[in-house]
Amino acid sequence: MIQTVQRFNLLARLLHWTMAVLILTMAFIGIGMVSTISPKYHQLLSIHKSVGSLILVLVAVRLVNRLLNPPPPLPLDLPGWQQYLAKGSHVILYGLMFALPLVGWSMLSAGGYPIVVFGAIHLPPLLPHNVAVFALLRTTHTLLALLLFAVFLAHLGAALFHALIRRDDVLESMV
Amino acid sequence: MPTQHTIDLLKRNPGRVIFIGVVLAAAICAFAYAGGFFSPHRISANRMIDAIEASGGGAHEGFRRAHAKGICMAGTFLASAEAKTLSRAAVFLGDVVPVTGRFAEAAPDPFTNDATTAPVRSMALRLQPPQGDEWRTGMNDTPGLQVSTPQAFYENVVASTPDPRTGKPDPAKRQAYLDQHPETVAFLARLQARPFSSGFANDSYNGINGFIFVSPDGNRRLVRWTMQAEDAFSTLSPEDRAGRTANYEFDDLLARVARGPIKWRLIATIAMLGDPNKAAEVWPEVRQKVTLGELTITRVESETTGNCQDVNYDPLVLPRGIDPSDDPIPYARSATYSASYRRRAGEAKPPSAVANQSAGTRP
Repeated sequence: MIQTVQRFNLLARLLHWTMAVLILTMAFIGIGMVSTISPKYHQLLSIHKSVGSLILVLVAVRLVNRLLNPPPPLPLDLPGWQQYLAKGSHVILYGLMFALPLVGWSMLSAGGYPIVVFGAIHLPPLLPHNVAVFALLRTTHTLLALLLFAVFLAHLGAALFHALIRRDDVLESMV
Repeated sequence: MPTQHTIDLLKRNPGRVIFIGVVLAAAICAFAYAGGFFSPHRISANRMIDAIEASGGGAHEGFRRAHAKGICMAGTFLASAEAKTLSRAAVFLGDVVPVTGRFAEAAPDPFTNDATTAPVRSMALRLQPPQGDEWRTGMNDTPGLQVSTPQAFYENVVASTPDPRTGKPDPAKRQAYLDQHPETVAFLARLQARPFSSGFANDSYNGINGFIFVSPDGNRRLVRWTMQAEDAFSTLSPEDRAGRTANYEFDDLLARVARGPIKWRLIATIAMLGDPNKAAEVWPEVRQKVTLGELTITRVESETTGNCQDVNYDPLVLPRGIDPSDDPIPYARSATYSASYRRRAGEAKPPSAVANQSAGTRP
């Protein structure tokens, strides 16, 4: 009997890899743009806002797809604590994929900035202009971004652990 | 708890475990590299603000890190018929555009004495047309800027920082900076020669930086702009100025607006091919000038939460129809203002030196 790998559906796989590229790009743009006052700052910030809005749309589609199409089960012999870590980290990743763009959007709203993405689309403010709220959200945005990068590292490490050490079907289910 | 099976797996594959570790370490290093952790010469906005704070004798919490002593204003802008041929920005379409803004003195000390403070004033504006994109601009009454690059700005700030032992900038460091930067020497000479107007109301304010005006037919022109005072120019003699009170500039402004609206003409200077797009270099007087419209300020009031106090006059909040140019200064201003805004946003702001005062009529 031939064993076939149970995969995520095609939309889930496409969204996973597209968003992986986008989110990693965002992390590098984010930390890069605040490190410079050169013209790159403004260019990177414009890209950061646009890609952020795109990620928010994509993660919403992705969540709906995931709820409609449950992912393949984890390997049956995976220890309980690893099952727990896997599921917990995925919940955190989804939470952060929603939270970072929403906090970014809210923060710009509270800062009183016009919010323009893709050069022409004006987003309405999510919150009224309030400088103390801006300060809080601005710090939150940085902390959540660092947390997302840390969870990404764990996610990458775990994927490689499954592929190279456990040699199970977990990574393959996403390709 | 880690199961024995997993531990055995890891022990049996030391090479693969190390490989995974290297991949993760590389990702962390790349992230740190992007953040400038291995680029000590890179100037971040925080580093610039730290230098500006040090040059002003430390941070004044809650206040802007430069141009700290200021007052809010409101009024309207009405474009000329010619403006919309130069730029398709919504502010130039001819509607009455509500304007809010801020007058300030350039010093980083929010309680600087008007009679002795550096003779540099600024006007920051936020133009919000009823339909279309907002435009923010920050202007100085100086003939250009003292530098043309953010790097030189940083070096100038560092060279002007008081030595903790003497309380004054180190003359040797200052001289070393000036030797390297003839554009600053030339600027200081222009500043010295410039008659300093008697107050905010009869002062004219220059946009300093070059921006691109995009016309309806797509023509891109490099321009600088000036808010030209309509009030008659006059100056105070050094003796008269020294005899005035610590808030005289603000008292005079409040008294002036109580008598009636204060007006400025917004004038664009259009560059010719070859004009330097460098903030420290002034363009020849003979360049074509176009009146873009008239600013009418009807109300002046001290900073309170929610008015101009909480606004970042980021010079790159630009409408479609005005683009940044290759002048590097506005990019650096945008990044640096953002860091300054973030710092003061999280701090409690003490009352301004000019508190609880207002005059004029609401627009």
